[in-house]
Amino acid sequence: MREIAVDQITEAVKRLCLLANYRLGEDVIQKLESAEREEKSPLGKKVLQQIIENDEIAARDEVPICQDTGMAVIFVELGQDVHVVGGDFTRAIDEGVRRAYVEGYLRKSVVSDPLFNRKNTGDNTPSIIHTSIVPGDRLKISVLPKGFGSENMSALKMLKPSDGVDGLKDFVLETIVKAGPNPCPPVIVGVGVGGTMEKAAELAKRATCRRLGEPNPDPRYARLESELLEAINRTGIGPAGLGGTVTALAVHVEYYPTHIAGLPVAVNVLCHAARHAELVI
Amino acid sequence: MSEVLIHPPLDDETVKRLHAGDTVSISGVIYTGRDAAHKRLVELIRKGEELPVDLKGQIIYYVGPTPARPGCVPGAAGPTTSTRMDAYTPALLERGLKAMIGKGQRSPQVVETMKKHTAVYLAAVGGAAALIAKKIKKVEVVAYEDLGPEAIYRFHVEGFPAIVVIDCYGNNLYETEPQKYARN
Ligand code: SF4
Repeated sequence: MREIAVDQITEAVKRLCLLANYRLGEDVIQKLESAEREEKSPLGKKVLQQIIENDEIAARDEVPICQDTGMAVIFVELGQDVHVVGGDFTRAIDEGVRRAYVEGYLRKSVVSDPLFNRKNTGDNTPSIIHTSIVPGDRLKISVLPKGFGSENMSALKMLKPSDGVDGLKDFVLETIVKAGPNPCPPVIVGVGVGGTMEKAAELAKRATCRRLGEPNPDPRYARLESELLEAINRTGIGPAGLGGTVTALAVHVEYYPTHIAGLPVAVNVLCHAARHAELVI
Repeated sequence: MSEVLIHPPLDDETVKRLHAGDTVSISGVIYTGRDAAHKRLVELIRKGEELPVDLKGQIIYYVGPTPARPGCVPGAAGPTTSTRMDAYTPALLERGLKAMIGKGQRSPQVVETMKKHTAVYLAAVGGAAALIAKKIKKVEVVAYEDLGPEAIYRFHVEGFPAIVVIDCYGNNLYETEPQKYARN
């Protein structure tokens, strides 16, 4: 059994929250730069230039890329030979979030009760934690600060098996068209197909944090991704929704076996401020 | 596409010269406000009480900035989704509000009220929050400090970049532009 102290986890989560909020991944920057070269609309080009300049300023001055520093979504892969010691695992993660948001000048955007008393918790906790137990003795933590301009534009539908590929495409497209300018295009579209209702939603979220430009290893799904990307970019929504040829930077589809009677499809929309950082302890 | 320099407070003549598609550069004072502050303002209007800000000719920016690092004014300050303010906006336009800065569509009712009271809707680029923050030179709290990032602030801005999305004639870039690039 390898021991990992909760303090290490807190420190890692804090570092990842800060890193993700100040600095976009190379993959996102490269996509934005190629989008700027390809965009046909002059206004769209200008929007993309502003976005790229913004991301440079944020990284240089350690200012958040976006003022909506999001709710912290955290994926943990915990090796089964790891023994977490020194305290409560979940609390350790939230403590990392709390320190990053309080000490790192990030915005606190979490309310304690969704319906009756929407009171700000003051430290951006709790976070949303997805844990999976995997072989090995390592601990992998990924942090996605998720803004709600784009989260609010996400959707889930229980399709019928007979709806098939065309039904899925229609639903994805419909979701993106309805979202229009709200999720800050160009977006990254995560699609989760199969499983159960909540499995599809989780797959969609996971799909948004795949490295941009890396297709699904299954060629049928890879083709579906490129067809969806093309269709979305034909809508004309464009950067900031002000018209143009680049509406999405990427479409990622993840799938899972499902029930004979079902075809769940979830679409998670991620804005161009596609913040994501991970590390392995 | 032309760039227009504007200095609030705005009069009707200035607003009428702004057309959907123009880019503007704002210098001077603008006010901030999100849903919570809007709700309070509209409650005061309903009760016939005085507002903490005279809205005549003013610009409201829909933003909830990140806290400022010492020596920085403010943190990051990009626009939030405007739809959430739609229910409150007509009452403010009736009070003389001339421009709003946000992102995303407005309701038909807001657009109609804008036409009636000669007002304009501007978009700042969503997620360009660090760049926009550079154009904000000074920040003062005006009202509702208890709301934190949702309080009403007075921003002194220089060269704040925005795009005219809906002008006072009802032209709407979100409707006209995507059509030009749509390929079916
Ligand atoms: S959708 Fe993304 S880029 Fe736009 S305001 Fe929200 S977090 Fe920022």
